[in-house]
Amino acid sequence: MDCNDKVALVTGAGVGIGEATCKGLAAAGAIVVVSDIDEAAGNRVANELIAAGHQAVFMRLDVCDESRWHRVVSDIVARFGRLQILINNAGIANICGIEDETLEGWRKTNTINNDAVFLGTREAIRVMKASGGSIVNISSIEGIVGDPMLPAYNASKGAVRAFTKSVALYCADKDYGIRVNSVHPGYVATPLVSGALSRLSTSDAEAFAQRVVASIPMGRMAEAAEIAKGIVFLASDDASYMTGSELIMDGGYTAR
Amino acid sequence: MSNKLGVFGLEGKVAVVTGAGAGIGEACARMFAQAGAAVMLSDINVEACERIAAELNAEGLQAKAIRLDVTSEADWEALKIALEGWKNRWDILLNNAGIYIGGMLENNTVAQVSKINQINIESVFIGTRTAAESMKPGGCFGSGGSIINLSSIAGLVGVPGHSIYGATKGAVRSLSKHSAVEFAKFGYGVRVNSLHPGLIETAMGDQALQDFVDIGVVANVDEAAALLKSAMIPMGRLGNVQDIANAALFLASDASSYVTGIELTVDGGFCAA
Ligand SMILES: NC(=O)c1ccc[n+]([C@@H]2O[C@H](COP(=O)([O-])OP(=O)(O)OC[C@H]3O[C@@H](n4cnc5c(N)ncnc54)[C@H](O)[C@@H]3O)[C@@H](O)[C@H]2O)c1
Ligand SMILES: NC(=O)c1ccc[n+]([C@@H]2O[C@H](COP(=O)([O-])OP(=O)(O)OC[C@H]3O[C@@H](n4cnc5c(N)ncnc54)[C@H](O)[C@@H]3O)[C@@H](O)[C@H]2O)c1
Repeated sequence: MDCNDKVALVTGAGVGIGEATCKGLAAAGAIVVVSDIDEAAGNRVANELIAAGHQAVFMRLDVCDESRWHRVVSDIVARFGRLQILINNAGIANICGIEDETLEGWRKTNTINNDAVFLGTREAIRVMKASGGSIVNISSIEGIVGDPMLPAYNASKGAVRAFTKSVALYCADKDYGIRVNSVHPGYVATPLVSGALSRLSTSDAEAFAQRVVASIPMGRMAEAAEIAKGIVFLASDDASYMTGSELIMDGGYTAR
Repeated sequence: MSNKLGVFGLEGKVAVVTGAGAGIGEACARMFAQAGAAVMLSDINVEACERIAAELNAEGLQAKAIRLDVTSEADWEALKIALEGWKNRWDILLNNAGIYIGGMLENNTVAQVSKINQINIESVFIGTRTAAESMKPGGCFGSGGSIINLSSIAGLVGVPGHSIYGATKGAVRSLSKHSAVEFAKFGYGVRVNSLHPGLIETAMGDQALQDFVDIGVVANVDEAAALLKSAMIPMGRLGNVQDIANAALFLASDASSYVTGIELTVDGGFCAA
């Protein structure tokens, strides 16, 4: 899966799936723009890539900030002359039943997980449409099936799934040469999962984790690197005939 | 892509491709060999497989040909013995061989349905059973593996003239999911996924285009292709065999280590619309 000399922007890239994706893209030959709101984490990832002999740079990007998106994408084009890959990865999750969810909490999840994907996709199309590209939106299995304790997250990820298809069709209609696909990881051992669990009581967290692992046919959560490999595939020209598709990587969770 | 394969490489692995004498199967077999696998090409047309294997060998790649009618249990047993004698390994099975029978449903016969079910569904059952029992822990090869079943977008959505063909592909989709979950639950280390191409430029693709003419949807095959490209395939082109081989490589390789029971559509956006 070759991404040689392609310029790629990854959001929420300081840890977890985003970090692993930066490493996967760099290994496939891409020039990687690592972005995050967490500057320390993002800089660490960029520095590790550079130390390993790859081309990488950190740029601070809060994905909810419309003007910042414009600035970052413009800076990338000014610096590298192009942007061919965008991975809309930044996201948050809060485990909370519908009756306890607040409008504020609902909006926060949907702003970061959904509104931001709209902002990033629109901005990327602006600069990609001249010579094509690949946009990969990180949805989730929770965008396909429901979880009783993830109402806001389910809604945000379902939105990303359908939005991705709309934009895929739009870009194909316009002959922009931009492919747009969604990725649907199952449970992945990242700070997102450990963080969400840490906000629960120990017994609730254990019950949640047990329920989850028991329902994964493969019997384990994924490693971030396993998800990154599928993302790199979609980003590369090897997915040349794929647009508007869903790539599920869930150890069999949704096949049940 | 050769120097950047990384986790997408198949070095040290042994792959079996059915229907490898032409079309999608041929392209996948070539791709797997280029990615480093030792590939057993199988088909009822063994001459085609021998020719392709010789070409791959001439490029320094590992390939061998065997006659295998996917509907014959005896041929699958013989395949297992041939694999034991070759590398004594088996990691990847691409259940690709298949046929197309079109026509309006009211004109299809029970004989046609029996035939297409046997070649497109029963074969996948026999192949999956043979691979799973020999790849699982304690099996004669025993090191796990990846099974990829060629379904189609016709196994997901409705298309005129595709009733009996599409039904076989729906069955393959479902068989893949059930076996994926079963093998995962029982610790076989065998992943199973279905691949869903759109209309691909092969002999079978031509047959499907001709069928649109035969059932009266369009006047000729050129019109059929034009209609598909303009009104049904967002990317505006038919697929080619390489598009499918690339996706098959992803599912075959360790790059898809957490992927089982999924449907991978490679259709230029057809099903997204
Ligand atoms: N971990 C899982 O089980 C799992 C499963 C399915 C989908 N996903 C999705 O994958 C993506 C990555 O998940 P992860 O597990 O790696 O998460 P994570 O929490 O481990 O990392 C997320 C990163 O995003 C950054 N971030 C948060 N808000 C941001 C903002 N407003 N702007 C920019 N960056 C921001 C964080 O600083 C962090 O570095 C998310 O979209 C998540 O919903 C995760
Ligand atoms: N071409 C398309 O548009 C398309 C679209 C979706 C799915 N598919 C599926 O992809 C697979 C390959 O299709 P293709 O287009 O390459 O077909 P093809 O007709 O070009 O090639 C099929 C190959 O299978 C072999 N074969 C047929 N019956 C066999 C048997 N009983 N045992 C062993 N080999 C046998 C043939 O000899 C031939 O070499 C099929 O399962 C098909 O249903 C094709």
